[in-house]
Amino acid sequence: MSIEANDPNSEETPRRIWLRMVPLAVALLIGGFLFVGLNLRPKEIPSVLIGKDVPTFDLPALPGRPKGLKSADLKGQVSLVNVFASWCVSCRAEHPLFMKLKAQNIVPVHGLNYKDEGPAAIGWLQRYGDPYDRVGADLNGRVGIDWGVYGVPETFLISAEGRIVCKHIGPVMERDLQEKLLPAITALQKGGTAKC
Amino acid sequence: MLMPFMRNLITMVFVLGLAGSAWAVAVDKPMDDPVLEARARVIHKQLRCLVCQNQSIEDSNASLARDLRILVRDRIEAGDSDDETIRYIVDRYGDWVLLKPPVKSGTIFLWLGPVLFLALAVIFIFLWYRRRQTPVAAVNAPLSHDEQARLKSILDNGDRG
Repeated sequence: MSIEANDPNSEETPRRIWLRMVPLAVALLIGGFLFVGLNLRPKEIPSVLIGKDVPTFDLPALPGRPKGLKSADLKGQVSLVNVFASWCVSCRAEHPLFMKLKAQNIVPVHGLNYKDEGPAAIGWLQRYGDPYDRVGADLNGRVGIDWGVYGVPETFLISAEGRIVCKHIGPVMERDLQEKLLPAITALQKGGTAKC
Repeated sequence: MLMPFMRNLITMVFVLGLAGSAWAVAVDKPMDDPVLEARARVIHKQLRCLVCQNQSIEDSNASLARDLRILVRDRIEAGDSDDETIRYIVDRYGDWVLLKPPVKSGTIFLWLGPVLFLALAVIFIFLWYRRRQTPVAAVNAPLSHDEQARLKSILDNGDRG
């Protein structure tokens, strides 16, 4: 110790300074990881179905409502498929937005009524409005599993070829619609490709 | 004095023990064939619950986990092999549902990470020891001319300078 302190020309000195930076570097590295972690959404599991054809399915209509939903219905034009249930609280948050989409006639929205009871679903639609073109009743949730659904609500954007273009997890909010879904819908409707 | 207490304790442990197993799959109907049910259970333990994320579908009480347990049983009942059954779920939910992720380009760092860090640690320790040895060697080296001269002057004159 004293030898080094007495000898300013010792080779140890620059190395010591460098070593002193190590804790700072480690702290910055960990801080960097944590900072990136702040913006990750581990609850949102990426869908493996993006870019693939919609799963093959054929669901009956809700009791007293005309049209059911099957794979073939999703071919021919761009559409949204909204997974909803009357027991789902956050579905109510996004519901007015789908009502608005219907009123503006921008894109047909189909409903996948997930693990619900027919009369409850019908009652819910009567109470809050029915924005859907077709609604398929997925009583046991098997079709939901085929779509990779793991929570309600989820919303899928389907191309005119019947392919899944993107999936929105959780309620669709105005901002999601404006920044994510609507630009993609417009691009698809013009015959282009979209990603979101 | 002690005996009723012990008896109560034993009863309590038993009751709580039973309650624990009741949590597991109380609502599930097991398959008729115990061999198939055992296969299903093994698969259940490998699949990650999508709702609770850090539990297997075997451990989870989420309704989707239950649906997936039933789906696994149905696939096995239908004659699928274990691999086919797992593939069926992975086709819908991705590798994400596997508690043990497969080795592929996207997960290679995950698998090799520990080995990599171990190697880094070994290299670091090696360098650290080598560096510690250098001063020892320097001390053992013969004195330079200046040092010899200074040593001589100290011995001769008792100079402390």
